[in-house]
Amino acid sequence: MADIAHTSELSPASATLLQHYRGQVMTRRVYSVLIVLGVLAALVLAMNYANAANSGKFIERLPYLFDFLKSFVPNDPFEIVRAMFDLPSPYDDGSLKFDYTSDRYYIGDTFYIPHFIYQLIITVNIAIVSTIIGGTLAFCLCFFAATNLVGAGAVRWFVRRSMEVMRAFPEIVIAGLLTAVLSIGPIAAIAAISFHTIGALGKLFFEVVENADMKPEEGLRSVGANWFERVRFGIVPQVLPNFVSYTLLRAEINVRASTIIGAVGGGGIGEVFRLSIGRDHAAKTYAIVILLLVTIVIIDQFSGYLRRRLVGNPSFELGRGAA
Amino acid sequence: MITISMAERTRLEKKYPEVFQPNFLRRWGLLVGAGLALLYLIFCWFFFSVGPALKNGRWDRAAIYVQDWYSWRAQPRLRFQDDAVVPQWSSRGQYAEGATIDWLTPHANGSMTATFGSESNRLEISTAQVDVYLDGVPYAIAITDDAALAPENAPPEIEQDGRKVLVNYGFAGQAEIRDNQVAVQRRFLGWANFLYDPSSPLWGNDLFSTIGLVFSSDRVVAEKSNAQLVLDEWLGNRAWQHGDILAKLMQTLVMAFVGTLFATLVAFPLAFIAARNITASRPANWLMKRSFDFLRSIDMLIWALFFTRGFGPGPIPGIAAIFFADTGALGKVYAEALENLDDKQREGIKSVGASPAAVNRFGVVPQVLPVFISQSLYFWESNTRSATVIGAVGAGGIGLKLLEAMGTNSDWDKVAYMVLLILLVVFLFDNVSNAIRSRLIGTTH
Repeated sequence: MADIAHTSELSPASATLLQHYRGQVMTRRVYSVLIVLGVLAALVLAMNYANAANSGKFIERLPYLFDFLKSFVPNDPFEIVRAMFDLPSPYDDGSLKFDYTSDRYYIGDTFYIPHFIYQLIITVNIAIVSTIIGGTLAFCLCFFAATNLVGAGAVRWFVRRSMEVMRAFPEIVIAGLLTAVLSIGPIAAIAAISFHTIGALGKLFFEVVENADMKPEEGLRSVGANWFERVRFGIVPQVLPNFVSYTLLRAEINVRASTIIGAVGGGGIGEVFRLSIGRDHAAKTYAIVILLLVTIVIIDQFSGYLRRRLVGNPSFELGRGAA
Repeated sequence: MITISMAERTRLEKKYPEVFQPNFLRRWGLLVGAGLALLYLIFCWFFFSVGPALKNGRWDRAAIYVQDWYSWRAQPRLRFQDDAVVPQWSSRGQYAEGATIDWLTPHANGSMTATFGSESNRLEISTAQVDVYLDGVPYAIAITDDAALAPENAPPEIEQDGRKVLVNYGFAGQAEIRDNQVAVQRRFLGWANFLYDPSSPLWGNDLFSTIGLVFSSDRVVAEKSNAQLVLDEWLGNRAWQHGDILAKLMQTLVMAFVGTLFATLVAFPLAFIAARNITASRPANWLMKRSFDFLRSIDMLIWALFFTRGFGPGPIPGIAAIFFADTGALGKVYAEALENLDDKQREGIKSVGASPAAVNRFGVVPQVLPVFISQSLYFWESNTRSATVIGAVGAGGIGLKLLEAMGTNSDWDKVAYMVLLILLVVFLFDNVSNAIRSRLIGTTH
């Protein structure tokens, strides 16, 4: 696009302009090429490093990648259903692999919740509780980080830095510390995910507050409302839909986070999954994968529907929510 | 004070009914929501049996673990052998062979003095009797053939526990006196042997003397220069494993970088197929979008465990997990960005007879590229964090290292060190990606 012909017909002024234009296009292209080359070089270096550090080499292992899947076939497709709903298996030979019934969670004498579904309920509950706790604390904190509400720079600086630390703090360390104190269980996962949620939601929240319309606040100030009243009646009604929408997005992310934290000591479906894939229990593993897939799709769809009702249909900045 | 007439009041109420008679949801929604959330939390308190778990928690240990983050313990066993007190260090001893220790002084007659912070808090240890000085007041603890016995008038810091006596000096440490040994725990602020381990020729140097060494011409070891030696000894520190930890951190960063970059490169062309306004084939759009949804909906944990089985532990399964999960997520975001495109630029380029490829190249890409790159940067940032956790489930990297260190329950100082490194790297990357992003799309936060 940079090539514009017929230079001979241009006036001297235009010719200079064209020359400068071409110069700039050239510089831009050189920079683009340099950046692309730089990124590619970094990529090649990084991949070599990764390959060298891995215990199995990429090229050597690639043809065998699906070998593990080949040996990972349940005896018949209904085995997956049986594993999912804790029905007795016809292949039961007393081993753990085909023992679906012993982990039933009984309510009363006859009614039971299948093991994996019970674990899934735990995982989802961990996510919801952490979202509520983290969201509430982030809500309380975010007003102190907003430039338009708090004049004291020191307060804002402190609140923002603590949010950043909470966001960046590795979740497994909190989970691990609490696991050492409280033994393995959901409390460690809840604490770890809540902590992260405060930081992640707090940042999104205070950005919403900073973009709020200050006219209602000004009106309240003119009739002598104090700081709390101004925030409660001037700011909160404006920002609440956005807050709820971000919180719902966070809930989606937290469901995924709680499965992962579960696998490193938080309990729930994540731990069961790690054990079953490690022990080569094919039917159980597929049952869990299907359950997780269905749950995540349902939660994503439901929260997407709620968010659309709350704040219309913005092209949501998914990456920002994930941060 | 201005008062308004009744008529004016009714007029206002009539004119703005939504203000004076808000519907139920507007009026009480927040309160009802908060109430329901509270009820739910109470239910979960019992569902997760939080109360008993907190009650059975070993909180005394928690205090020690947290202290371990910023301080270290020297724990020699002072054994009674043939009328002499002989210190015995564990394999993780923090002192070099034969080093003089300022808080533990042996005496010519075979006894030993251990001070806890000051001269008034110390133990005078001999094989027949241990004198415990608490704030300058001595308490004699008799050592018999099969027990150590505290005096009758002992303060609560000295506690008789069966046949042994426990002495508590608070943060400075504690001692456990038995009939055949005294186990001393002496706690100091800071991280012990952070620079060099006791077997290193450079042990005992602090940061300043190290800098001095690097610039001095006298070689400590004949074979290599001082700078080389300092680097080798620091990286090879057996207590802190700096070299290993940095390599593992590098692996984690590589996972996030390569995974996100590959996901970007693959999602980019696929998003053009998924966008309704670019590819005019409904089945192709639908198929692409559903595949994105599928990739996105499989948990990163599942991808990570699956590829760990396939490739063995290391960064490759981490890369693969991030790649598959994020191809779906980025593809969805990209396709949405493409569908919100401004059509004028494409029409302009189409009107001069450009080929479809040229229309996309000059009419679409310049518009969406900044948005795409900024989204990828967000994902890169967030993946730097999630790669840590992915690593812990088996993909390797700093996550696994953290998990190992926490598993021993005695390496909490190393955990703190790794956490600091991770925080540092995450802040660095946040700032870099923020800087790039604000240059690209011109907004700063």
